[in-house]
Amino acid sequence: MLRFLPALTLIAMLGPVIAGLWGTVLPALGQLPSAGLHGPSLDPFRDLFGWGGLFDAARLSAATGLIATALSLGIVALISASWAGTDAFQTLERLLSPLLSVPHAAAAFGLAFLIAPSGWVARLLSPVLTGWERPPDILIVQDPLGLAMIAGLVVKEVPFLLLMTIAAMGQAQPRRSLLVAQSLGYGRVTGWLKTVFPRVYTQIRLPVYVVIAYSMSVVDVAVILGPTTPPTLSVQIVKWMSDPNLSMRLTGAAAALLQLVLVIGALCFWWLGERIIARVGKRWIMSGRRGLLDAPIRVLSLGLGSISALAVFFGLASLLIWSFAAFWSFPNVLPDGFTMRTWTRHGPDAFTTLGETFLIAGVAVLLALALVLGCLEAEHRSGRPLTRRGLWMLYLPLLVPQTAFLPGLQTLLLSIGADVGRIPVIFAHLVFVLPYVFLSLGDPWRSWDTRNAIVAGALGARPWAVFWRVRVPMLLRPILTATAVGVAVSVGQYLPTLLIGGGRVSTLTTEAVALASGGDRRAIGVYGLVQTLAALVPFTLALIVPAILWRNRRNLHE
Amino acid sequence: MNKSLTLQDVCILRGGKPLIEVDHVIQAGETLTVMGPSGVGKSTLLAFITGTLPSAFTGMGQILLGDENITQKPSHSRHIGILFQDDLLFPHMSVGANLAFGMPAGGSKSERRAKIEAGLRDVGLEDFADRDPATLSGGQKARVALMRMLLSNPRALLLDEAFSRLDAEMRAQVRDLVFRTAKERELPVLMVTHDAEDAKAAGGEVIELKNLSQA
Repeated sequence: MLRFLPALTLIAMLGPVIAGLWGTVLPALGQLPSAGLHGPSLDPFRDLFGWGGLFDAARLSAATGLIATALSLGIVALISASWAGTDAFQTLERLLSPLLSVPHAAAAFGLAFLIAPSGWVARLLSPVLTGWERPPDILIVQDPLGLAMIAGLVVKEVPFLLLMTIAAMGQAQPRRSLLVAQSLGYGRVTGWLKTVFPRVYTQIRLPVYVVIAYSMSVVDVAVILGPTTPPTLSVQIVKWMSDPNLSMRLTGAAAALLQLVLVIGALCFWWLGERIIARVGKRWIMSGRRGLLDAPIRVLSLGLGSISALAVFFGLASLLIWSFAAFWSFPNVLPDGFTMRTWTRHGPDAFTTLGETFLIAGVAVLLALALVLGCLEAEHRSGRPLTRRGLWMLYLPLLVPQTAFLPGLQTLLLSIGADVGRIPVIFAHLVFVLPYVFLSLGDPWRSWDTRNAIVAGALGARPWAVFWRVRVPMLLRPILTATAVGVAVSVGQYLPTLLIGGGRVSTLTTEAVALASGGDRRAIGVYGLVQTLAALVPFTLALIVPAILWRNRRNLHE
Repeated sequence: MNKSLTLQDVCILRGGKPLIEVDHVIQAGETLTVMGPSGVGKSTLLAFITGTLPSAFTGMGQILLGDENITQKPSHSRHIGILFQDDLLFPHMSVGANLAFGMPAGGSKSERRAKIEAGLRDVGLEDFADRDPATLSGGQKARVALMRMLLSNPRALLLDEAFSRLDAEMRAQVRDLVFRTAKERELPVLMVTHDAEDAKAAGGEVIELKNLSQA
């Protein structure tokens, strides 16, 4: 049984991706029997290229994705170079888990509430500094350049890349390299960038690629913060896919393929950039310049990191205040009064949706845990660790843009008469939950001292007894953390729920994003908060449960 | 009944090249000390005997407990106890639960409890059953690890640098306790060490492993 789990895991992870791509290619070539359309024909592409907004939409996707990734990586590199190993860095590390667990949609709403013309920032500065007596008529959120959207992506990708960097640094022994560099007269920042960063980057390269693919094709953040005329390509694809006129799906499918090509192109572009920067960097290292600009860079990086973290926290705070706000006139910093009205009106629905959200997340995460633990145990017993190719396979579902294969998967499910609904949604979530659970659990699982297994075996314990009675209890904390990561990933999913659920499954994320166009800030506050809670509570439990369970076992607390 | 541990024409290969060769009979109550530079494959030999040889290695030859050939048996039914330089007490179990984990199943709750108490008394750790292993001193942990292994009724004993983490005084104490118990129970002992003191205390034969692949 155990022997087949790796294969089963691969099927659960890659099957939907491959099927979805196949289901995209057919309608893109005019083949959609359920709508009475038969190909092959190039009409879908002709229609796509005939759409006036195509160039702008594609440019927006590529530009926002690449700029957001470059900014996030830059901030992470500067923060790590300036602060790794200090107390300030440890504080930042502790903020990571809550920051990471905040769903993209909630963070985007929070940011919108901060920077909108009638948002908190404008209120704080008005009227004394700005002279505004009423919200200015300028487009800040959903600006045509996509700057707000880039900001929304950066505040969420910085914590993700920082976590990956910290994990990578564990293997690179940065302290010693830095010490050597400093004793040779290098400044801290330059020393770190020259000695540690090259090694760290090779480790976090795949996560960086994931950020590119994700940022270029994200839908929920783009709906909330991105421009509308035209929107990004991914948002337009979803519009076409949900058009009542079935033939629009053909255009949507063609656009989905274009999205895939766009992401592949952007990855190649980034790869090329890596080569160039490596070459320039080598010359910089060879130059022997000590670069003693430490102080300003450290201040700058701390500033950028703090702004990025505070944007999320204050965004959540503004969601909270809006959800309790009665009338709130501009430019008052706080509402004129507080009321429970929004919560009594939307609270019950929100908590019912929370149940559905947890049901989907729970089943998907349990399946993922069973598969991942099975794979890791099979790996342990066979003594064959994950290969490099296996690692790429893990990242593959995260590298293929969601908008490229989910529309196809939906079309395929409909055309074979399979029902859309909760169960397919769970399996669609599994595609994204699996890799994250695997990546979260893999390292702690493998760094467990296997002599424990030898001793237990020598004491007469069978392999499964070793697994359940020794390894799982000892690794309870990372297992619960991986569970929390999985729940957060599932809670945050927008597109799989929307498309595969066929409009019949609603989770907190789909409900919250659906509220975006209405602009009811109080209702958005309620849904955004409950959504954040749904992702945050499992993380808190993952901290509390082992602490209580192992309260008398000191060695399990480090 | 013959209670020896026999390593018959044992040869361990890595990538098709022989790494170590041992051919030896360890009589009941006797100790064979295996010495040699680090990296020579001393621990690999022990892994072959416990049935946990990493897949990069191939083991040849036979392992016999008395007249029984255990070479093909799974690790958990070999009845071979092993002690490492770290105590490896399971951190999520109390001291008593660690001992109970190793004891063969069966017996009433109170019988098992009595056995645990008696075992702890034997190593001078009365009333330690409910303690968190993390609160014990190095020497105490080593004694619990020894008793945990003994209560599983092993038929042979392997020591992998078992005393090297203990300070000098504790070391002599624990070492004497281990060898004395092994003699009393007539267990064959195979000890891997790089410390000549250990070898002297064991008092048995000493073989020096050479690196075959470099020679």
